[in-house]
Amino acid sequence: MTYADRLKQLDAARWRIAISLTAAMMLFYFGFILLVAYDKPLLGSLVVPGLSLGILLGAFVIVAAWVLIWIYVRWANKHYDTAIETLRGEQ
Amino acid sequence: MTALFFFVFIAFSLGVTYVAARRTHSAAHFYTAGGRVTGLQNGLALAGDYMSAASFLGIAGLVALSGFDGLIYSIGFLVGWPVVMFLIAEPLRNLGKYTFADVVAFRLRQAPVRVAAAIGSLAVVSFYLIAQMVGAGNLIRLLFGLEYELAVMIVGAVMLAYVLFGGMMATTWVQIIKAVLLLSGAFLLAVMALSRFGFNPLALFRAAADQYGVAVLGPGRLVSNPFDAMSLGLALMLGTAGLPHILMRFYTVPDAKTARSSVSYATAFIGFFYLLTFILGFGAMVLVGQPAIRAIDAGGNMAAPLLAKAVGGDAFLGFISAVAFATILAVVAGLTLAGAATLSHDLWVNVVRHGDASELEQLRVARASTIVLGVLAIVLGIVFKGQNVAYMVGLAFAIAASANFPALLLSMFWRRFTTRAAQMSMLAGTASSLILIYLSPTIQIDILKNAAASFPLRNPGLVSIPLSFAVAIAVARLWPEPEAEARFAEVEHRVHAIPAPRS
Repeated sequence: MTYADRLKQLDAARWRIAISLTAAMMLFYFGFILLVAYDKPLLGSLVVPGLSLGILLGAFVIVAAWVLIWIYVRWANKHYDTAIETLRGEQ
Repeated sequence: MTALFFFVFIAFSLGVTYVAARRTHSAAHFYTAGGRVTGLQNGLALAGDYMSAASFLGIAGLVALSGFDGLIYSIGFLVGWPVVMFLIAEPLRNLGKYTFADVVAFRLRQAPVRVAAAIGSLAVVSFYLIAQMVGAGNLIRLLFGLEYELAVMIVGAVMLAYVLFGGMMATTWVQIIKAVLLLSGAFLLAVMALSRFGFNPLALFRAAADQYGVAVLGPGRLVSNPFDAMSLGLALMLGTAGLPHILMRFYTVPDAKTARSSVSYATAFIGFFYLLTFILGFGAMVLVGQPAIRAIDAGGNMAAPLLAKAVGGDAFLGFISAVAFATILAVVAGLTLAGAATLSHDLWVNVVRHGDASELEQLRVARASTIVLGVLAIVLGIVFKGQNVAYMVGLAFAIAASANFPALLLSMFWRRFTTRAAQMSMLAGTASSLILIYLSPTIQIDILKNAAASFPLRNPGLVSIPLSFAVAIAVARLWPEPEAEARFAEVEHRVHAIPAPRS
């Protein structure tokens, strides 16, 4: 593969990961918002005394944001940075 | 006591400004602190810019008065950060210099893009400034009994001192100090509130349910229309990635890797802070009580300070109030700096001077713009007295998501994007969000007292964001720009910080 091809491939991989992770975040968040809008009784139901499903899922969305960012940073630090370093070295 | 904490903070931060001022000699220092901020520092500064008065006072108050519904805001404000991380931060750092318009204009014709970007940015900055100034005026009036107008002028004057003399260096350090104060203050307040409940959040939520009914733990009336909820959610999620003062911070770090780590830190701090708002809101609801919170301010904005007084007495109230004030001051400084960068770097240097202006001239124009914006902030704060702070911030996010985000994203990864598409998308996003805000129930029914509103949603995001994307795509398809497409190879290299090959 030529230099240009590999740069294109890396660029495509970065956008693919970026868009998938963004889509995952949107799925979690809008899933939560749609439940708030359409199934209030479900979110108001108690998991244990004092803890409603709504509060639990809300905290889960915040944790999900952290986890998705962690996945991205891990990929970027491990694969993306090394690949870019190699490409830069060849130029 | 409050006054003491208050003056200590102002004196200390002006000291920081004095030190920073001695190092601010060039436009690069004024806008980006010379690009030498570390990941942790920038993470704190981003968190500082983001955790505005709306977050601390507004959300705690909303939770205290309406329970779970308030948490919808906490969560919405956080989910914009993964979007910034995945789509914007690193390419933005690699392609631009001082403002996000640098990136949009990278391979397009400079003048039309920068003028459109400036219109969008200034609209966002103005709405955001109104919210902060109104919050500041109310806070100082409540704490010291000063006149609202005088309070707004004091905030404007102190903020001008930071930005004018210390530029981005001082603004960043004021942000860092404020973020540390706010995070530790909110944490301490949450721990002290929880100590009344055996350090068990569930015991606190149980107490709230016992006192006000179990309904406070579930969704209530605040989100009644599903489309309203979706519209606000979309605006909050994509708006963060279009806020000029947030985007500008990515130019203060040396490279894309540091931009990446700064978003990680920022998201960790901001998420932690919003989790704390769960405790603060319900804590105020139980320990202060809804009637007492309402008696002081109908919007509930004083819930967090009142909780501080209930658990820690007057000294703690003083500390928390000073923190809230510092929060507003720092956010206003960040916004003004971003607005000044748009006026001087985008409009004056790149449009009027065609990119050819001396360092001294750039710095002079930047400082003049700062003064203009500072005066504007004071005037807007006085004119919009009595507006709901959290709502105004929601609108600023909607304009940012419609005007700036689509053009910024498409310019970085769509080969066929054109000058005209960028220009029309930014103008359509700004105009449609402003017009729909004007036609919304909030303006038509609540403010103008009309019987009905011609647009049903309180937040325009659900319509204006897709519209801005559609305009961009349609215009680019109808009027292709081969030169812009040819220059995309350069973007493909520079986006990864690889120098483009000479053709």
